[in-house]
Amino acid sequence: MTDLVSDPTTSADAGRSNRPPRWPLPNRFRPGRASTPPRSRPGAGRIRFASAVVAVYVLAAVFGPRLVQYDPVATSTTDRLLPPGSRLSDGSLAVFGTDDVGRDLLAQIMQGARISIAVGVATLVLAGLIGITIGVLPGYFGGWLDGALMRLADIQLTFPSILLAIFIAALLGPSVVNVVIVLAISNWVTFARVTRAQVLTTKGRDFVDATRTLGARTWHLLRRCILPACTAPILVVATVEIGSVILAEASLSFLGLGTPTSTPSWGITISNGRNYLSDAWWISTIPGIALAVLVVSFGILGDALRDRFDPKLKNL
Amino acid sequence: MGAYVARRLFFALFVLWGAVSVIFLVLRLVPGDPAVVLLGPDANPDQIAALRARMGLDQPIIVQYGIYMRDVVQLDFGDSFRFHTDAMDHVLAHLPNSAQLAVTSVCLALLVGFPLGIIAALKANTVVDRVISVFSLATQSLPNFWVGIVLILVFARGLQVLPSYGQGSWQHLVLPSVTLALPFLAILVRLTRSGLLEVIHEGYVQTARAKGLRERAVIFPHALRNALIPVITVVGLQFGALLGGTVIVETVFAWPGVGRVLIESISHRDYGVVQAAILLIAAAFVVTNLVVDLLYGYLDPRVRLAG
Repeated sequence: MTDLVSDPTTSADAGRSNRPPRWPLPNRFRPGRASTPPRSRPGAGRIRFASAVVAVYVLAAVFGPRLVQYDPVATSTTDRLLPPGSRLSDGSLAVFGTDDVGRDLLAQIMQGARISIAVGVATLVLAGLIGITIGVLPGYFGGWLDGALMRLADIQLTFPSILLAIFIAALLGPSVVNVVIVLAISNWVTFARVTRAQVLTTKGRDFVDATRTLGARTWHLLRRCILPACTAPILVVATVEIGSVILAEASLSFLGLGTPTSTPSWGITISNGRNYLSDAWWISTIPGIALAVLVVSFGILGDALRDRFDPKLKNL
Repeated sequence: MGAYVARRLFFALFVLWGAVSVIFLVLRLVPGDPAVVLLGPDANPDQIAALRARMGLDQPIIVQYGIYMRDVVQLDFGDSFRFHTDAMDHVLAHLPNSAQLAVTSVCLALLVGFPLGIIAALKANTVVDRVISVFSLATQSLPNFWVGIVLILVFARGLQVLPSYGQGSWQHLVLPSVTLALPFLAILVRLTRSGLLEVIHEGYVQTARAKGLRERAVIFPHALRNALIPVITVVGLQFGALLGGTVIVETVFAWPGVGRVLIESISHRDYGVVQAAILLIAAAFVVTNLVVDLLYGYLDPRVRLAG
């Protein structure tokens, strides 16, 4: 506690770690800037680390199923519930063990990575398209539609999104496409809000007015002036959101409302393993670790990107 | 203050109306006859015809909406055809169990989260702070159904000190409430830390220091009080996530609450109960947010003026 009293100048930067002192003038007046790029930008280490982990997952999702064969309907009674590191009856090594019908858990987890990442990306594309359209067009033109859509966003934000997802998923029934639809419906709001805020601040800027004075049409303004200004915050939002989307997919699947029970998604595998907790701890635990590491990595990556590109989004 | 309360009340009612309307809309957007959807695949044509007449499905959509709203206002969601009782009564009977779980978790999160956040802020950028930050980042992103399973594995199967499912003694409450509290706790830690760090450099805190007050007197009454104001809003918002979490945690631990009723009714296609449960959870969330908004307006008078 005493360090706060004795040294207020260093504690002033206590919340923001490792950031160089602020240059008092705009950066273009900074000596030597053109020749030497800033040595350490905020969060570089975190970005590198988290991207590496995510890259490993993507590689495992793309190439893993080709290396380790996974047959969703194969059953092998002799290989049931083998602990991690066992030899299977066909001589191959089951690094993470096998499940209740003798399927290799590693292969199942790599298939699960495929489903999780595919659902995550598809959801973000769909939610992003809806959110950005709703953020850009009414945000730019204003009017009653803008007001109505933002009230709708307010309502949805004050409503637990998992509840909405559970309700829609319950009516639609379990399927991969339905999960994407459900999660896109419950995630478009953040995209819309962030885009709209950015559009509102950009459309009053001088360079936009200048372009309009030069005779640019609305479409040109939107495409060449407004949208590029929105890219950074949208990318930050997408990174922050993808972790929670993947988590939501796993939660829905765990509850039996996400992907169908025949798919090897992480939520389904974890749910299956619950029945064998006393005999085979690995069935539920290992896919959970895989899920947690991926979600934490996206969390770190999102935080780091936000700190670097858009510190204003702090309360996202 | 009166105008502010009125405005917040109006918004809360507006949100509830929105939730009810969304349920109506989704029921009609989903392919299939709502009467068939509500009664399930096993219903006979007579039952379907009767429900269609009662729901007024032969009427124009506006009239249907009016009938639906009238039923909802009377808390009438039809009967549960599994138990042949009123759907809302069936859900309400499980509300105390969920409330017990939610309240225990919130208390747990507040009791542990605030102190951890304060410690992290006071020891900013030390090892203690790093450990607390990593802990909160991890617990925030861990899937709570998985945390629940791991806790069962360790404490119920491995150490055999706590029961793994069901309800009864206080021991039954430990694992579910810890599971539910963890993500909430993590957010509290992070918010308290950043809130306190922001406030600590404000002029009035430095004035308090300059007056020669002891560090404890500076931190607790001066800094903390203002640092906590933004935390309260987020606590209200996060309460929604916690309510969503009860659905999952109750399923993992077979806790007989509203969330478990919701999931069971979905798998039995008992849609009257599903609607009742969803609206009840939504209402609980809206009421909490209303209380938080009013508290916020009371603590920070500037909010009342800004709207």
